[in-house]
Amino acid sequence: MKHSTVVFLKVLTWLVCLGPVAWLVWGAVTNTLGPDPTATITFTTGLTTLRLLTVILAITPIRRLIPKLGWLIRFRRLLGLFAFFYASLHLMTWVALYAGFDLNAMASDVLKRRFITVGMAAWLLMLPLAATSTNWAIRKLGGKRWNRLHKLVYAAAVCGVIHYWWQVKTGVLTPMTITIVVAVLLLARPVLALAQRRRARPVAA
Amino acid sequence: MLIRKPSSIPSSAITPKDQYVNRRRFLRGALTGAAAAGAAALGAERLAEVLSPRIRAFAGTRLQTVKSPLTTTGEQLTSFEDITHYNNFYEFGVQKSDPAQNAGGLPTRPWTVRVEGLVKKPKTFDIEALLKLRPLEDRVYRHRCVEAWSMVIPWVGYSLSEFLKQCDPLSSAKYVQFLSYYDKHVEKWASETTINWPYSEGLRMDEAMNPLTLLTFGLYGEVLPNQDGAPVRIVVPWKYGFKSAKSIVAVRFLDKEPPTTWNDQAPNEYGFYSNVNPSVDHPRWSQKTERRIGLPFWQQRRTTLMFNGYGQEVASLYKGMDLRKNF
Repeated sequence: MKHSTVVFLKVLTWLVCLGPVAWLVWGAVTNTLGPDPTATITFTTGLTTLRLLTVILAITPIRRLIPKLGWLIRFRRLLGLFAFFYASLHLMTWVALYAGFDLNAMASDVLKRRFITVGMAAWLLMLPLAATSTNWAIRKLGGKRWNRLHKLVYAAAVCGVIHYWWQVKTGVLTPMTITIVVAVLLLARPVLALAQRRRARPVAA
Repeated sequence: MLIRKPSSIPSSAITPKDQYVNRRRFLRGALTGAAAAGAAALGAERLAEVLSPRIRAFAGTRLQTVKSPLTTTGEQLTSFEDITHYNNFYEFGVQKSDPAQNAGGLPTRPWTVRVEGLVKKPKTFDIEALLKLRPLEDRVYRHRCVEAWSMVIPWVGYSLSEFLKQCDPLSSAKYVQFLSYYDKHVEKWASETTINWPYSEGLRMDEAMNPLTLLTFGLYGEVLPNQDGAPVRIVVPWKYGFKSAKSIVAVRFLDKEPPTTWNDQAPNEYGFYSNVNPSVDHPRWSQKTERRIGLPFWQQRRTTLMFNGYGQEVASLYKGMDLRKNF
């Protein structure tokens, strides 16, 4: 792919990824975040994290199915860092607007409330991935180990989905769509691997 | 000689029999249709209004109200816009903005409320009769949702006790159940949840008879917008919002606790009493504080008061009860 195309697509990715946070900042300044701004901020940052995670999880299966789109891999780090950025904003919303920076309140939330426990786990799982996102870290760890470490993104996505389900009221099915998408993307991996092995198997003489 | 072959298609296959037999009626129908189309062209807007009435079809009508000694003072009112666009009314969708968009089809007239169960004689009250039963009072109440947000709402209504007295309950009646309107064709969003409709709520008799419990017909001096539970609802200001059933079609007197919707859904999260209580956390979040609707995010957080600040009026109802167990 031409260098200029890559630059163009990267700029586009930045703009799209900054959209939600720009919208929140604009809304906070103009006081147009709706009747419950705290909830709007929480929901927007959380949902954006989950959506970015699904985009990231889609890259590998798409590359497997359509080898021509192999260049998508070049966008995964950027998208991953944006997912971590939104997860951190989401976490800060809780720290500042829910717990009011009160350490006791935060500790009791994490210990007592399973949706917060699992949400916290999701963020902690993403932390080492963001920390080892540099080329230097990849070299230092070695490709194999780095790859294995970054499989944690699967666990983070699963924790994120559970976090969503445990947060909504019993009987409310809004997290269903993202759950199905994540499930399909995770299941696509073993399915595609199996299909590939079949194809590679030599014909019996 | 020219011999005409009969057409291979019989005329009966061209025009359905019932139509050519009734051709005069068909003509009349066509004319009426044309006339209707003409009228529609003239008043397309009015016709659209009739076919799909706007949400505030009846809302917006001013109500005659009087002052009330039971009103809450010293609170800044939540805006009409927020009270009517941030609603939990799951029959019309689970998002807060859904009811304002979807509740337009709720048929608020004609409307009756059935009174049944442990009463001398089952009765049906027409909404117009209910509106005239007692002078309508302006009552400002704090409204605390179990989801930890709150509003201050100027309701219009009178004490539910005034109505319950008219129902002639038997002395064996210990509880009163409220059933909300449910029609899956009007409220097709209800299927987005796994809730068993219709929505059901209930109070102990003494709670229902407390003068603070309001039979509510309006807010901000106007008829209730549909999304706020038109045409008649209950407001119980010292309990979490879901106890205040909307769009009531039946009041049932019972000798035991009625099944209630959210308690059925998750008994560990929503108790039958569900009094506002900062010292009993919801399993998934703290109830110590709340977010006031309509303020900038850095000003929203505030302390939640026991019984939502109505302890003086209602604490005696629960004397000797363990409110941690009976949450």
